Amino acid sequence: MIAVESVSKSFDGGASFAVRAVSLRVPARAFVAIVGDSGSGKTTLLKTINRLIEPQQGEVIIDEEPVRTVAPHALRRRIGYVFQGIGLFPHMSIAENIGITPRLIGWPEPKIRARVEELIDLVALPRSYLARLPAELSGGQRQRVGIARALAARPHIMLMDEPFGALDPVTRDALGAEYRRLHESMRLTTLMVTHDILEAVLLADRIVVMRAGAIVADGEPRALLSGHPDPQVRTLMDMPRRQAERVRALLEERARE
Amino acid sequence: MNERLSSALRVLPDYLSQHVLLSAASLALGLLVSVPLLIAARRSARVRWPVLAVASLIQTVPSIALLALFYPLLLGLSSLCKRLFGVGFPALGFLPSLLALTLYSILPILRNGITAILNLDPAILQAASGVGMTDRQRLLRVELPLAAPMLMAGLRTSAVWVIGTATLATPVGQTSLGNYIFTGLQVEDWVWVLFGCGAAVALALLTDQLLALIELGLGRRRPRLAWTGLGLLLLGVAAAGVVPLRAGRHAGYVVGAKDFSEQYILASLISSRIRAQGYSVRERTDLGSVFAFRALAANEIDTYVDYTGTLWTNILHRTDMPGRRRMLQDLRVQLRRRYGVVLLGPLGFENAYVLAMRRGEAARLGIRTIEDLARAAPRLTIGGDLEFFARPEWRMLEERYGLHFRAERAYEPTFMYKALMSREVDVITAFSSDGRIAADHLVVLKDPLHAIPPYDAVVLLAPKRASDPVLRRALEPLIGAIPLKLMRHANYMVERPADQRTPAQAARWLARAAHLH
Repeated sequence: MIAVESVSKSFDGGASFAVRAVSLRVPARAFVAIVGDSGSGKTTLLKTINRLIEPQQGEVIIDEEPVRTVAPHALRRRIGYVFQGIGLFPHMSIAENIGITPRLIGWPEPKIRARVEELIDLVALPRSYLARLPAELSGGQRQRVGIARALAARPHIMLMDEPFGALDPVTRDALGAEYRRLHESMRLTTLMVTHDILEAVLLADRIVVMRAGAIVADGEPRALLSGHPDPQVRTLMDMPRRQAERVRALLEERARE
Repeated sequence: MNERLSSALRVLPDYLSQHVLLSAASLALGLLVSVPLLIAARRSARVRWPVLAVASLIQTVPSIALLALFYPLLLGLSSLCKRLFGVGFPALGFLPSLLALTLYSILPILRNGITAILNLDPAILQAASGVGMTDRQRLLRVELPLAAPMLMAGLRTSAVWVIGTATLATPVGQTSLGNYIFTGLQVEDWVWVLFGCGAAVALALLTDQLLALIELGLGRRRPRLAWTGLGLLLLGVAAAGVVPLRAGRHAGYVVGAKDFSEQYILASLISSRIRAQGYSVRERTDLGSVFAFRALAANEIDTYVDYTGTLWTNILHRTDMPGRRRMLQDLRVQLRRRYGVVLLGPLGFENAYVLAMRRGEAARLGIRTIEDLARAAPRLTIGGDLEFFARPEWRMLEERYGLHFRAERAYEPTFMYKALMSREVDVITAFSSDGRIAADHLVVLKDPLHAIPPYDAVVLLAPKRASDPVLRRALEPLIGAIPLKLMRHANYMVERPADQRTPAQAARWLARAAHLH
């Protein structure tokens, strides 16, 4: 379980806060999407969990252990991290990229090799790609490798920051669905930041809406879709529903003709 | 084969190997200094800015000045070291050259490295932290490998600079391919100058290509290519390291020479006389005027020829002019007492500063002495060698005769004579033993007030060779044996525009003409 307790972070010495007194509890095996406009503090919140950003106040606790008591690199080796920029190491082969965290931990080479092959199958890429360099892959393929790399050391927690943001819609949809299956089969706890409300509705079990560094709504997609006291949250949640209604209307028109 | 070319080829192993060792050592040391600086500078702008500023500043210091400045610095350090620990170290030759060239090599490596690291994709750096790398792992596994190709490009720039600049190590007493250039320039042997340039260029190009191979190997992830390049480079350096081991550490004697024809000829003469005794000899030529004496006093060379007036003013820092005999006597005593250097005796000729004019011009103006010259001086231009106008002799001349010229110009000696003949200047500060005085039909102006001190050529021995029987046997017959006329002619043989001879050939002629056996 991840517990964020009253975390605050300011990048300008307290004049303004990217995240202000935010608390959030994510039980094991949950799939939580954090949505909000850019600047709402969702990425900052995510990064306080694996200490890429250190909060000024408050605390993050994973499985009853405060993260500030764990060395950052050791903490990050236990948490998968996927982000929009992907950041594959251009001088390493796909196999080396996927195997990097196990190698840092010091797994024996045969075990790393087996794990790398298992993962490349899992993200549905041909094994012949293992010897290639990142530059030889398409954007979607690269993000598959990015996910495989994050999963390599068998983390229980995955942090994802706009993981599919740079992909074309078809790839994005396919990869999102595939990841959701991995989340189930590997019993992961996933925290995904996205600005795409539709993606959040389709993938997550629970949606957290942030605005100006604070959480303004938190609930299951269905509950949020059926109404919320905050007008802005309502507008936000209306969008996927209206889109779905228009698509349905179009399809019905086609059927009548 | 052409005698000049074959003599150039004979010394190539020595010059080339020394050049390679110096350049390689400087680059290696440069890398050793710049990579830690780079690592320190990559995160903090507070470190980065001053480090780059200093490195850039060094680059703007003229290379020859940088080389020369290390000499007094090391000399001071050496004497401090001697006082503290009882051992000094040579302030000439390899060490100052190494330090200056190392400083030169830093900037391109540093600047390229910093640019490369600062321009790394932030996503990659975030990923490196995200997968759980420590700071050190991130540096070693991600930042340095990704910066490596650009670092190599910087190293290539450095290598080309260092190999080119290493030719300037010659005047501070470090043998290099520059010896070809400096010697060739002095005796107007353009074959030697071109040979030296060509060798340095070829070495630079070859090194650059081998480094390019490493760069390619790193950039394209082909380790075999990189290893091949590195292997060939190391092989070259190792080969250069073997040459002096084989040829020379136990070379019996080292004969020094300053950087002009007469010195080359006399060094060659001395060498052949030592060789005739059955001992091996190495020559260290093109030493700067002051460096030659320091090298002798430090036992780095065993013997060379200097001039009484130079020793009097530059080494003893005397300004009084006691006359020829007293000066010789005082020098003998003082050099022995202060430096342990033995003044064996005068060779028999003088190489003094004299003022010389074109014969026709002097006759037209009615100038025969410096007193005559003083009256016409305000309408005339004087040309001197590079150091003359800064020397005490010039101040004495100015004061004693009240000389005031329209203009003063300084030249490399070779070009000074050319300037006189092409009428760019009217008077020059020639050297009395210079063959060109006779060849160019110049008039030497008389010095009735004896303002210029005598410059008798004298043989000096290093402290450790003070009573060396081999040197004494070889050199004592030279004392008083070389008259001015013969020296002038020998000099002329090396410098004349047509039918030019090598210093070794001129030395053989001189030995025969002076009946030295």
